Amino acid sequence: MKAVCWYGTSDVRVEAVPDPTILNPRDAILKVTSATICGSDLHIYDGYIPTMQKGDIIGHEFMGEIVEIGSEVKLLKKGDRVVVSSIIGCGQCNYCKQQMWSLCDNTNPNAWIQDKLYGFGTAGIFGYSHAFGGYAGAFAEYVRVPFADFGAVKVPTGIPDEKILPISDAFPTGYMGAEMCNIQPDDIVAVWGCGPVGLFAMRSAYMLGAERVIAIDRVPERLQMAKDFGHAEIINYEEVDAGEALKEMTGGRGPDACIDAVGLEAHGLGVEGFYDEAKQAVRLETDRPYVLRQMIVACRKGGTISIMGVYGGFVDKIPMGAAMNKALTFRMGQMHGQKYIPRLLDYVLEGDIDPSRVFTHHLPLEETKKGFEISKHKKDNCVKVLLKP
Amino acid sequence: MEEISGNKKDLTQNEANDMERWASIVGGSALVLMGLQQRSLRGVLMSLAGGGLIYQGATKQSTIKQAQEAIGIQQVIKVEKTVTINKPADELYRFWRNFENLPRFMKHLKSVRVYDDKRSHWIASAPLGGSVEWDATIIEDRENELISWASVEQADIDNSGFVRFKKAPGNRGTEVKVVLEYNPPGGALAAVFAKIFGEEPEQQIGDDLRRFKMFMEAGEIATTQGQPKGHG
Repeated sequence: MKAVCWYGTSDVRVEAVPDPTILNPRDAILKVTSATICGSDLHIYDGYIPTMQKGDIIGHEFMGEIVEIGSEVKLLKKGDRVVVSSIIGCGQCNYCKQQMWSLCDNTNPNAWIQDKLYGFGTAGIFGYSHAFGGYAGAFAEYVRVPFADFGAVKVPTGIPDEKILPISDAFPTGYMGAEMCNIQPDDIVAVWGCGPVGLFAMRSAYMLGAERVIAIDRVPERLQMAKDFGHAEIINYEEVDAGEALKEMTGGRGPDACIDAVGLEAHGLGVEGFYDEAKQAVRLETDRPYVLRQMIVACRKGGTISIMGVYGGFVDKIPMGAAMNKALTFRMGQMHGQKYIPRLLDYVLEGDIDPSRVFTHHLPLEETKKGFEISKHKKDNCVKVLLKP
Repeated sequence: MEEISGNKKDLTQNEANDMERWASIVGGSALVLMGLQQRSLRGVLMSLAGGGLIYQGATKQSTIKQAQEAIGIQQVIKVEKTVTINKPADELYRFWRNFENLPRFMKHLKSVRVYDDKRSHWIASAPLGGSVEWDATIIEDRENELISWASVEQADIDNSGFVRFKKAPGNRGTEVKVVLEYNPPGGALAAVFAKIFGEEPEQQIGDDLRRFKMFMEAGEIATTQGQPKGHG
């Protein structure tokens, strides 16, 4: 089959590789009908994610049709159309049972790598480096789905892939980000990052009762989408100081909750931006926490910081003094896909939201590299690229 | 082979105190290896099982120790690892008690054959496809609580160990603690011994326990062996 394999920074190649096979009794094999590049895939493309190996198949946001099932798969059969969570969860450990699927104890064969850096290993993720299990990803014609009964959710026919696909990752990530804000009626939520995750976080914040949502970015087309699809008020942080603007837009109080939908490749301005980029270039810092720092200062006293942007390693100079003295609540995590996917599917099927609106480009799998390039540089008004194997 | 004897009714006050002390170390929440310090695990396990005759083997051990110091061969390997498994103690005990199951998740073991209620034969992987073998006997078997075992005298690799099952707080299941002690052999087997666990026996045993948990909770051990990848 064809698959997109990683070979280094900015080096992804479409190659012929063997088809996946059933390796464990709870596996299913999926024929991938649609996949999409996630913001966190860009971190892999840009070389910021350690423990990648040449030849690794990437891709973790996908859907398709079941073509084979293992002997212990009970809920799925050949021919079923499904959307799949990027996170692999066993469904039996204490974490999975409490709906904290991205903390699963049992799906990472390389958990020992994370033991050293993180203290404890977390769940396996499709196509996301060997520290997260080294699972072959889904930018391919076929993919092996472990614990398929839990990770793959059946989808009815008659509704196009584009409307369903973001339920695999971007939508649940944004939704969880909003849920972690513990939104009260009349709350104002600020979202940094108007990419797909940020856009879904904005809509989710309204679904969960927010009075107003304010979105922050610098790319005009994305800010426009934040208005049109996210229904948010917008701030372009290259035109105004975001923290000051937020204060004035919220009666001098600051937003009640702040969502980071940007993560480790945040774009900083001026001396501060230069500091982080310089340190990162020589690997003295692994992640750039520009958004984190700004959110901590901008958030109202006693408010909540919700972090869905991916961080992998270490950050410098976090204003802990501000955070502690302002009594901020921090919540964060990789999305618990299996927990949210069923209800998000309901919202889509009921017509409450049309996720297909975040796709700006459709490309065949062979042009995945072009997809990465336009995503990374936000060329041609790119917000999200759909890939067809 | 030395018989393990010890009639609990005949314990002296010292022996009874000993048993109580080791029981609280082996059964407690603190680090077992800290409580053991320089003591041999085998001696402690025998003492816990009923006092009386304490396995000596002293001559053999001191000769080895002198040789070790002289040549700088690595010291005793002591490992303590704990994992919480979301299953009841009796299910975990039953699976572990059949030692023939152990190679399913303990990477360094090729096979274990159980002869009877006490005796078993263990085969561990050695480099270059070879193997190392020894006979072991069960020192103590407390259903759903504790199993302790040790290699019989003259085994190529002198070792002992125990697994302990204790209810975890709330409904988290069972805390499983494994403590192992391996005494390196002299001569030709020393290098082989070093390779059996690789560089980090702690990590090896930790991974073994993780696989045990995967198998008991999820029904399968997570793997990516055999999956496709690019070859440039």
